[in-house]
Amino acid sequence: MRVRRLSVADLARLGMVGLFARPLRVFLSALGIAIGIGAMLAVVGISASSTAELDRTLSRLGTNMLIVTPGKTLSGKNAELPAEATAMVSRIGPVEAVAATGRVPAYVYRNDHIAPGETNSIEVLAVDRDLPGTVRATVSAGSWLTPATVDYPAVVLGAVAAQRLDVRTPGTRVWLGGHWYAVQGVLAPVPLAPELDRAALVGWGAAREYAGFDGHPTTVYLRAVESQVEAVRGVLGRTANPQAPMEVGISRPSDALTAKRAADDTLTALLLGLSAVALLVGGVGVANTMVISVLERRSEIGLRRALGAKRSHVRIQFLNEALLLSALGGAGGVILGVLATGAYALSRGWPVVVPGWASAGGLGATLMIGALAGVYPAMRASRVAPAEALSAP
Amino acid sequence: MTTSPAEPPAVELSGVGRTYPGGVTALQDVDLLIHRGELAAILGPSGSGKSTMLNLLGTLDRPTTGSVRIDGCDVSAMSDRELSALRAASIGFVFQQFHLSPGRSATENVADGLLYTGTRRRERLRRSAEALHRVGLGHRLDHAPHELSGGERQRVAIARAVVGEPVLLLADEPTGNLDSVSGASILELLVRLNAAGTTVLVITHDSGVARQLPRRIEIRDGRLVSDSAVPERVGSR
Repeated sequence: MRVRRLSVADLARLGMVGLFARPLRVFLSALGIAIGIGAMLAVVGISASSTAELDRTLSRLGTNMLIVTPGKTLSGKNAELPAEATAMVSRIGPVEAVAATGRVPAYVYRNDHIAPGETNSIEVLAVDRDLPGTVRATVSAGSWLTPATVDYPAVVLGAVAAQRLDVRTPGTRVWLGGHWYAVQGVLAPVPLAPELDRAALVGWGAAREYAGFDGHPTTVYLRAVESQVEAVRGVLGRTANPQAPMEVGISRPSDALTAKRAADDTLTALLLGLSAVALLVGGVGVANTMVISVLERRSEIGLRRALGAKRSHVRIQFLNEALLLSALGGAGGVILGVLATGAYALSRGWPVVVPGWASAGGLGATLMIGALAGVYPAMRASRVAPAEALSAP
Repeated sequence: MTTSPAEPPAVELSGVGRTYPGGVTALQDVDLLIHRGELAAILGPSGSGKSTMLNLLGTLDRPTTGSVRIDGCDVSAMSDRELSALRAASIGFVFQQFHLSPGRSATENVADGLLYTGTRRRERLRRSAEALHRVGLGHRLDHAPHELSGGERQRVAIARAVVGEPVLLLADEPTGNLDSVSGASILELLVRLNAAGTTVLVITHDSGVARQLPRRIEIRDGRLVSDSAVPERVGSR
C-alpha cells in the first residue's frame, strides 16, 4: 500500500475547520490560556520594566557614593566626627568629591508666631557648597547657596521641608534659631540622600555664626572612583576619625535600592507561580473542550475512518486542533501581557521592557500545554470504532 | 465465469459470521459473491443484520468467523492501517444521514473523499467539481449543505463516495431520509453510476427500493435467506 501522508497545509486546514465550526467555545477556551500567559508575561514584564527603571535611576545617580556618619562610642553614647573629618576624607586618593552636613541645634518655623514645639520634624543642617554636586541634587525653585550667601542667614529647603512649611517662593523669610532667614531655593527630591528632603540647609559659616553650630559634621557624603569604592570604604573609618575608627558608620545608599530590587524579585516569583496556576487551569479548559469535542464528533470521526483515515490521521487531527487552540490562546496572551506591561509601565513613567525570552517561553509553554491537553482526547478519538461511531445519530 | 483473473470479484464472503461481545450473533454463515459492475440490493427488516453486513462489507468491522474479501483482499489478514488504505482507495460510502460537514461548500465536502488518498489539494478540488457535475450538481459547487435540499445533500454525499472511483459503492438506506421524488432520483443516479461501471450495493429495508434493482439479496435473523440471482448467471450483466 502507498504511504498516505497529509500535507502540513492539509493538517492546518483540518484543524481550522474543526475549530471554527464552534467559534464561541474556541474563543472561551483560548481565553483561558490567554489569561494565564498574559498574567505571566505581565508579571515578568512589569518586573523587568521596574528593574530597567531602577538601573536607569542608579546609572543616573551613580552607585559610587558612600556616606560616613558618627556611630556610637564604646559606652553607648552618640559619637562625634572630628571637625577635620571632611578635609581628611578628601585626601583619600580615589575620592572624587566630598561634602558634609552637620546637625544644627535649632529649629525652623514659618514665622516667629509658631509655638516652639511645632517643628514639623524638619532638621536644620549646616552644609558645604559642594553638597549638590556630590549627592546629585538639583534645585526645583530659586538657587543653591552662593559664595555670597553661604555665610549669611539664607536657607535652602528640602522638597518635603518646603511642603511642610508651605514655603515655595524664594525670597520668603522663615524664622530659624531666633533669626530671620531668607529662603534662597527649594531642592528637588534627592533619591540617594532622602534625609536632605526633610531638612532646612544653611551655610556652614552662617550656622556657626547665628545658630550655635559646633562645626562637627554629622554626615559626610563622598564619591569615589567606581572601581575603588570598596577600597575607599576599607580606609574610611580610620581616615574620618583616626582616634576612634570603630565609632564611624559607613553606608552605600545605592545598596538600599538594590536590596529593594531583591525584595521585588521574591514577590515576582510568587506572582509568577500564581500565573502558572492560571495557565494550568487554562490547559485543563483546553483538555475539557477537546474531550467534549471528541464525544460530539463521533460521527465525523466515523465518517473520516470510512473515507479511509488511519487511526493516526484522526489522532493527528485532534492533537492538531488542541495545539492550534492553545497557540491561539498563547498569541492572545502575549498581546495581553505586552499591553498590560505597557500600560502599567507608561503610567509609572518607566521604560517598557518585555523580555523576548518570556514571550518565546510563554508561547513554548502554550504549545506544550496544548500537546498535553490534546494527547488524551486524541487517543480517545483514534480509538473510536468506526462502525459504532457511524451508527451514532 | 466471465470475470478475468486480473479482476477479482468486488465482494466475496464465505462462511461469514459476526458475534458481538455478550453473545449476540448478528450474522451467521453467509456466503455471497458479487462481481464487479453489479447493482444489488441487500434487503432485510431492521434487526436482520443489515448494518452488520454493511460494516463487514465496508471493512469497518471484521467477521468473527469466515472470510471477507473486498476487491480480492482478505480483510482478516489486514492491519487497521491497511484496511484504512483499502477504504480510501476501493470503497465509497453513502449514508442515510448524509454526514456532510456543515459550513463547508459542496466542493470541499466532496474533496474530503480524496483527502486520505494522498492526492494533492488542487487535484482533489478539480476531481470534486467533476464528480459534482457527474451527479448533476454542477450549479451547486459553492453551496454549503444547509443551502441544499435533502436530495441535493445526498447527491453531494454520493459524489464524495464516487470521487475516488471506488470498486465498490455501499449505500446504506440512501433514500431513507428523502421524500419519494428525491428518493427516486437518487436511485436513478445510482443506476446511472452503475451503468458507468461502478459496483453498487444498496442496503435497505424497503422492498419497493429493492424491487427496482436487478439483484436482491435478502437477509433475515442474520442469515441469507434468498438471492434473486443464480450465481452461475450473474457474470453477464
